[in-house]
Amino acid sequence: MKTSRSREVRPSGWYAAPLVMFFALFAVLPLGLVFYLSFTNYDPLFEPQWTGADNWERLREDTNAWDALWRTFLIGGICWAVQTPIALLIGVWSAGPQKNRAVLSSLFFLPLLMSTAAIALLWRRSFDVHAGWTATLPVIGDLDFLGNPDIVLYTVVFAVSWQYIPFHTLLYQSAARTIPGVLYEAATLDGAGRIQQFFRITLPQLRYTVITSTVLMIVGSLTTFDTVLLLTDGGPGQASRILPLHMYITGFRGFEAGYASTIAVVLVLLGALLSLAMVKVTGFRSMESQQEGL
Amino acid sequence: MATTRARPNVLGFLGALAWLAVVALPLYFLVVASLRTRANFRDGHPLGLPDSLTLENYREVFEGNFPTYFVNNVIVTLGTVLVVLMLTVPAAYAVVRSKSRFSGRAFTLMLVGLVIPAQAVIVPVYLIMSEIGLHDSIYAVILPTAAFALPMSLLILVNGLRDIPGELYEAQALDGASALRTLLTLVLPLAKPPIMVVSVFVALQAWNGYIFPLVLIDSPENRTLTLGLAEFQTQYGTNVPGMLAAIALSMLPIFAVYLVGRRFLLSGLTAGFGK
Repeated sequence: MKTSRSREVRPSGWYAAPLVMFFALFAVLPLGLVFYLSFTNYDPLFEPQWTGADNWERLREDTNAWDALWRTFLIGGICWAVQTPIALLIGVWSAGPQKNRAVLSSLFFLPLLMSTAAIALLWRRSFDVHAGWTATLPVIGDLDFLGNPDIVLYTVVFAVSWQYIPFHTLLYQSAARTIPGVLYEAATLDGAGRIQQFFRITLPQLRYTVITSTVLMIVGSLTTFDTVLLLTDGGPGQASRILPLHMYITGFRGFEAGYASTIAVVLVLLGALLSLAMVKVTGFRSMESQQEGL
Repeated sequence: MATTRARPNVLGFLGALAWLAVVALPLYFLVVASLRTRANFRDGHPLGLPDSLTLENYREVFEGNFPTYFVNNVIVTLGTVLVVLMLTVPAAYAVVRSKSRFSGRAFTLMLVGLVIPAQAVIVPVYLIMSEIGLHDSIYAVILPTAAFALPMSLLILVNGLRDIPGELYEAQALDGASALRTLLTLVLPLAKPPIMVVSVFVALQAWNGYIFPLVLIDSPENRTLTLGLAEFQTQYGTNVPGMLAAIALSMLPIFAVYLVGRRFLLSGLTAGFGK
């Protein structure tokens, strides 16, 4: 078999050409265009006209956009703080062998089967002060989840977490299953209790999963667009208007697609910066080895 | 010694039950309310058991635009999966087996493409679709949905194809097979599991997609299911049970897939992430 390496008929690199052309046309070209459009006053009904840095000047003074950006980060941060511990705990718990865990965790995954639109609309109806069911709950029943500007951000965080905790639970569950049982047996021999084992063994072993899940949550928080659109439409007032939604409303309801492109460029840059920072902090190798896990 | 591990984790179990309540209550509300009459929904306790159940809401949904939206959704989903597979399977074969620099660079480009947020380019995608005359057609949804599913799909397939032993390719070569025949008779059958995962992953994205249909579709006859739900939200402003029935119906196909291929669905959902 020593000659075998040269014997293989190898495919031409051009087998990848259709993919590259397609991706260039419908993803890379739009990415370039969005930069160009950010310097125009494009309105979907008319041709774009070059206006130089006008949109960028305007963005600097647009307090609505800055507020929306702040809300985007706020929602992302709270979502992370809420989802990570819950997903981690449920994931580790459901990785255990008992039968009731298998049954319960398959129920936990139900939200994964629903579209974002369905989830947002279901919660919109659930939180309705008149006909929703949360109004009948003790303690929290009197809260106006969708109408109170001080509460609405937390309502969005709740709906987003409800949708995505099952996904992150799944990540933690499968990662926790690969931790060698020997580690726990040794710890037990040393007299370590359940809580000690969690912090000394489980958590360190899951560190790359925590990183993966965190990256996904952060990138995801920049794209939490449809949940907010359908749950609150950015309201009441602008209390839950996040940057992607601000872009959509500017471009497609205000017909200022040029200025919307400027906001979109900010989103692209933010996403790229966050990904880069994550890769730098976590090391590209570890990211790669995580992605090969499937 | 084993006793420490075997001791029941009461706290964990209670926590899991609490989470179950958070997951199950809205779903219970969804199913029960969709089966109530409008009067019963208005007057009864939202979480109580209804006096009588009715399928009237479901009938109403079926008599509206729902069937059209449903068919459109199926076309968008199948079309997207087809486009993605036709592009990524040969490309993945080239990335894994070809020595050319081009396929390597294509792979790098796709890895970078992973971080492009689809909604950030929605304005130019709208512009392009209008320019090439596809705006307000189902193709306008299929093409960008497929494009943004390509990076992850290629990543999954490349990882899958790397597991095929090199000896098999050599055996094919000894039999005088061309690269194209190797692709069809060796790669395709052996790459079935990753192809399944990619199909499920892409199908879910296309089935549940929202932003592309929202911006690229105008006419009611071209709308997809998720858009339809938002429409029911306004149109059925007073008929909440009808809207909830539409939501429940929109979930049915994925539910069916879940029951049949739970393993593939779950791995499709977390495709490419973690172990």
